[in-house]
Amino acid sequence: MNDKLKAYFRTDHLPHIWCPGCGNGIVTAAIVRAIDDLGWSKDDTVFVSGIGCSSRAPGYLDFNTLHTTHGRALVFATGVKVARPDLNVIVITGDGDASAIGGNHLIHAARRNIDITTICFNNNIYGMTGGQYSPLSPTDSFASTAPYGNADRTFDLCRLVEAAGASYVARGTTYHVTPLTNMIRRGLEKKGFSFVEAMTACPVYFGRRNKLPTGVDLLNWQRDNAVPVSRAAKMEPEELAGKIVIGTFLDVEMPEYTETYERLLKEHAADRSGE
Amino acid sequence: MSLAAKSNEIRMALTGNESVAYAMKQINPDVVAAYPITPQTEIVQIFSSYVADGDVDTVFERVESEHSAMSAVVGAAAAGARSMTATSANGLALMWEVVYIAASNRLPIVMPVVNRALSGPINIHCDHSDTMGARDSGWIQLYSENAQEAYDNTLQAVRIAEHPDVELPVMVCQDGFIISHALDNLYTLDDAAVQAFVGQNNPRYSLLDVDHPTTFGPLDLQDWYFEHKRQQAEGMKNALDVIPEIAKEYEGISGRDYGFFEEYRTDDAEAVMMVLGSTAGTAKDVVDAMRSEGKRVGLVKLRVFRPLPVAHLVRALRGKPALAIMDRAESFAASGGPLYKEIRSALYDCEQAPMVSNYIYGLGGRDIRPEDLRQVFEDNLRAAAAGHIEKPVTYLGVRE
Ligand SMILES: Cc1ncc(C[n+]2csc(CCOP(=O)(O)OP(=O)(O)O)c2C)c(N)n1
Ligand code: SF4
Repeated sequence: MNDKLKAYFRTDHLPHIWCPGCGNGIVTAAIVRAIDDLGWSKDDTVFVSGIGCSSRAPGYLDFNTLHTTHGRALVFATGVKVARPDLNVIVITGDGDASAIGGNHLIHAARRNIDITTICFNNNIYGMTGGQYSPLSPTDSFASTAPYGNADRTFDLCRLVEAAGASYVARGTTYHVTPLTNMIRRGLEKKGFSFVEAMTACPVYFGRRNKLPTGVDLLNWQRDNAVPVSRAAKMEPEELAGKIVIGTFLDVEMPEYTETYERLLKEHAADRSGE
Repeated sequence: MSLAAKSNEIRMALTGNESVAYAMKQINPDVVAAYPITPQTEIVQIFSSYVADGDVDTVFERVESEHSAMSAVVGAAAAGARSMTATSANGLALMWEVVYIAASNRLPIVMPVVNRALSGPINIHCDHSDTMGARDSGWIQLYSENAQEAYDNTLQAVRIAEHPDVELPVMVCQDGFIISHALDNLYTLDDAAVQAFVGQNNPRYSLLDVDHPTTFGPLDLQDWYFEHKRQQAEGMKNALDVIPEIAKEYEGISGRDYGFFEEYRTDDAEAVMMVLGSTAGTAKDVVDAMRSEGKRVGLVKLRVFRPLPVAHLVRALRGKPALAIMDRAESFAASGGPLYKEIRSALYDCEQAPMVSNYIYGLGGRDIRPEDLRQVFEDNLRAAAAGHIEKPVTYLGVRE
């Protein structure tokens, strides 16, 4: 790690707990680089996370950090943001955290378009609890709770968040680090709800069961299956099966929740004071 | 509990989680719905391979949270299905709303709970703060000392829950990691014996009984709510008769006898300790060691915490000079842990009640060592001799 980036880490908490080959470090580094690019101050930035391997990331980051309960990070973060709209609020969440136990909160945070940047570390599995399938485990993939293949259909979280009302939605991978970093930076800059799904590797629980046993195998899998959103638009659904569509899906300007709230308060200040 | 193999028994080396998963396989419930959480995860994960391999006929739902898991089994049980789930700590906390619904709808759900400290701070190791928090939810609670008891309690729980005089859900508790992940040598029954023992679930009411349509969970205001709660309390009281009946029947097939609690060398004891769960194993060793030094100490291991077998406890504890209650949970009442409160209150009307003291220990998985337990016994032997207790509540093994 170079010294410039080191300044963003709680180096006394390192080494981290992640397994060899885990992609979580790549995503965490991309977040830190994006913040560094923007020149944000650590003191004005808050990380909120749920529970999971990915949600451990803020524990290593030398910012204001709030480690919450499984699935609820976005609600805690909403509390932080409405109390202190001036702070930069970033949520780190896993695919299970964001789409299973906490799915409801994701929809509502996007619907409000509250100025929170959510980075979902999507390793296609519940990593921390030992590899049970998540709503983002591909159909037919193997998991400890799906020894003969997963019968469930998966979410396309980006489409879900877009439909729910977010301002910025993108998907990147740990193989394509520079685009991922740029997406995160754009998400951070965006006033409104931003969502970046970062495809990351869990060799231990997802990879090993799916013939991709190492971190390198999973990176190559990302490389070989990623399709840019522009190209995907010209492809048939059958051609896209099993592919990872990457790129920016949505980047729009819309009224942000805390600003709307503030404006309402101002407009009705007279009524509210009883004058 | 005494270990004795019957001819229909098979000796196996299993962890606590494996033993419960195996019991679930033999029960072959109609519906299981669950969400993973350490240290429970393995139970359901192992069970899911039984499902995948066709070893059970269970419909297995991998739901998106524990709130959904409990909701799904409530629905299934209301439809007349024998239903199970399992959880730990925050999973149980997230179920909370529906935990009460299960009990008030009188649904005989069986739920293994692998005890883990409830956040925060976040911790994955054993204490009883999770199930102690649910003590007033209307569920029966059985605590297990080891994998054998977790297995035996799970099988008996099905019968207790479904008994027509009870009709209440049951939590079968085992200590996270200490039991759940430790390999134990135990006896299991053969499948036929288990099937014969658990029999068929014949719920009095069920949603799928279309000839007798019923409603579960309707609005129940000042007119009847209280009567329904009163009946629920009666079901819990009836469990005091049913639990020993089922235990007797179980002893018939397994050779292992289960009471509300186990008394270990308490006969002439000057100082008695009461514990729940795995600490009993360590405590028995300490009792043996101290007995060999001529010290009169003994142990009461409580198996059934809900319903609390007050009359039996009073009979067992009357005349003992000193009683130390070990709580692996804090109640934050600024006056001692939950077990202490309940037992001390149970002894209030007892003549020759022992002097009772409380030790809060092992929170968040803090190890409890034989030396710690010996210290408790020594304190209490001294109290017995002096005729008074110096300190009612002690935090054991913590830096202060
Ligand atoms: C209420 C509750 N239920 C279950 C758990 C157990 N648990 C911890 S992390 C986790 C899943 C993690 O998967 P994901 O969110 O995809 O993150 P990853 O570990 O893969 O990064 C689960 C089920 C919990 N902590 N709290
Ligand atoms: S279990 Fe998977 S996600 Fe968790 S640290 Fe290991 S490799 Fe990473």
